[in-house]
This record gives sequence, C-alpha cells and structure tokens, in this order.
Amino acid sequence: MTTPSRRMPEPYGYGQGSGANLADILERVLDKGIVIAGDIRINLLDIELLTIKLRLIVASVDKAKEMGIDWWESDPALSSRARRDELTRENAELRERLARLEELEPGRAQKKEAP
Amino acid sequence: MTGLRYVYAVCRPFGTPLQSQLTGVAGDPPRALNHHGLVAVVSHVPERDFAEEPLRAHLEDLDWLTETARAHQGVIDALTTVTTPLPLRLGTVFRDDSGVRTMIEAREEDFRHTLDRLEGRVEWGVKVYAESEPQESARPAQKAASGRDYLRQRRMQTRSHEEMRQKAESFSNRLHEKLSAFAEDSRLHPPQNPALSKATGRNVLNAAYLVPRAHSEEFVEMVDRTKGEVPGMRVELTGPWAAYSFAGEAT
Repeated sequence: MTTPSRRMPEPYGYGQGSGANLADILERVLDKGIVIAGDIRINLLDIELLTIKLRLIVASVDKAKEMGIDWWESDPALSSRARRDELTRENAELRERLARLEELEPGRAQKKEAP
Repeated sequence: MTGLRYVYAVCRPFGTPLQSQLTGVAGDPPRALNHHGLVAVVSHVPERDFAEEPLRAHLEDLDWLTETARAHQGVIDALTTVTTPLPLRLGTVFRDDSGVRTMIEAREEDFRHTLDRLEGRVEWGVKVYAESEPQESARPAQKAASGRDYLRQRRMQTRSHEEMRQKAESFSNRLHEKLSAFAEDSRLHPPQNPALSKATGRNVLNAAYLVPRAHSEEFVEMVDRTKGEVPGMRVELTGPWAAYSFAGEAT
C-alpha cells in the first residue's frame, strides 16, 4: 500500500492559493462564497454548478483514464457493469459448487428428480 | 480602460496595501474600489473571455477553470492576510465600475452585517478518510473448501466492512462534535469525489469550522491530536481559508 502524501498545512502561512488541493479550491470558489448577480448575466447558481461539477468529474475521469487509473471500472460500488460481473462470478461459483455436491451425493439428487 | 470588472470580495477599508506583485484572474492586478465605506476588490478582465457566453464555455474547460479558480483564490488569500474579506463566488462580473457601485449600494446592509459576523474569523477545513483496507483481506484468501466455508468467508467480509463503516462513523461524529463545540459555527459539506480530489480512502467527513483567528492555534492542535487516534482513519486539515462556507446567510 502506498502511503498517502500528507500535505501538512502551515497554520499561519497563508499559502493556500498555490498548494491547496484542486477539489478544495473548487469546492470553495465555485460552491461557497456569496452569490451576487453581476450586471452582465453571469451568476453561478446552484443548478448550473451541478452541471459544472458533473462535467468536471467527467473531464477528470477521462484524464485519469489516460493515465491508466481505471479502478472504478472494476469496483462494484462504482460501476454497474462491475456489479453485474461480480454477480455472474458468484453465480458461476455457486453452480459449480452445487454440481460438485450433487456428484458427491448422487442419491439425494436422484430422489428429488423421481419422487 | 476597457474590459469588464471581475469582483473577488467585499471588505471593510483596510490600511495595508496588497502585495504589489499579486495578479488576479486574467493576469490583471486587483485593486480596491471604495464606495459607501465598503471596498470591492476588482480587476479588469477581457470581454472575449468573461462575457456570458465565453465564460460559460470556459467553465467546461478544466484547465482554464483550474487556473482561474487558483487566481481567484490567490487574491482572496492575499486579502485574508490583511483584512477579513467576504468572498464572492467565482465568475461575478460587471460591465464597469458603476455597476459594481450600484451592487454595493443595493446590498450595503447585508454586507455590513456579514462582515461584522466574520470579522477576525477564519475557516478551517477538516476531512476524515477511512483508509481502504488492502484488497487481500476483502476477498476470500483461498478458495473455499466447502459451501459452509464460503458462506463464512462472505459473512466475515461483510462484517469487516460493516465494522469499518461503524468505526468511521463514530470517529467522525465524535470529532465533529468536539470541533463544532470549540468553533463558533460549522458546516457539513458533501464528501468529495475521489476522481477530483485524488485522495485515497473514503471521505467520511468533510466539514468547515469558523474559528476566531486568535483561537486558531488551539484549534489546529486539537485536530492534530486526533491524528492517529484510531487506526485506519486519516484526518486532514486545510486552512486557514477566508470564511467561504460562512459567507452566506447565517443559520
């Protein structure tokens, strides 16, 4: 396991602008702070922020993919395809197990088939 | 001078000048626009990038947005060292100075009220991550010898996930309780998306605390002491920020 890089904040350094995590900056600059309608009609209201965020995530996911980071494709919690694959895998395993059990006890399986 | 006016923050008049080499979004140095005893910190931005249509298009460009957000935050940060700014959201643009003045007049009362509330306070961000367990323990170590074995392994797996979840929840709850009792105000934010934050582990707490600057050292020590308290939990502290999360209406 890799040790996560711990960026120790400098309590009184006021160096956020350059060093801070992009997610932290965007979270605050895009999402917090007060909303004032400018007199040319650009005000980032919540509904737009949501689409921006979605686009951002899409953009960064693409970028990450370029760099070969694609763990979410195989993580059942994040990908419905991976979840289906997981189920299929479990299913196959169970079938195999059942078949083996029936082989071990042929009598029981036969009894069921011919009452 | 031509161009639109980009507004970063509203403040009370402050004596100390901003760093001379400070540049804002689009590279223009920010300056103070005094009106009715308040100061709007503004800079000039080109119409080709900041008019409504181009700005909308730019917001979808992650590189452009990153650069602009960092520049915006850079100015707010510099302001935080000399005064208590009331930070505005990214992308607040006016046609000219008189538009900014009109806006100040319209919201004078609100600004004063909020500036009073935030005076001398900073925001600290605290996040808790539950470190993801190594994959080996999450999967059955070897092929199950029997059906019962298999089910037992599955149950253990589920139970360890559940234990981890409970541990993370109770740790975050305790931490948040302690910190919000110390802070003047607090906000819980949604967990961050790992695709953007690139942080490892699952973000189980993402909170902001409003703390008087004079008590910040104590707050930082309080957070530091909880680091390593519970194995598998990672605590991250960011700040001090301008009081972004508390700039809206008081709750």
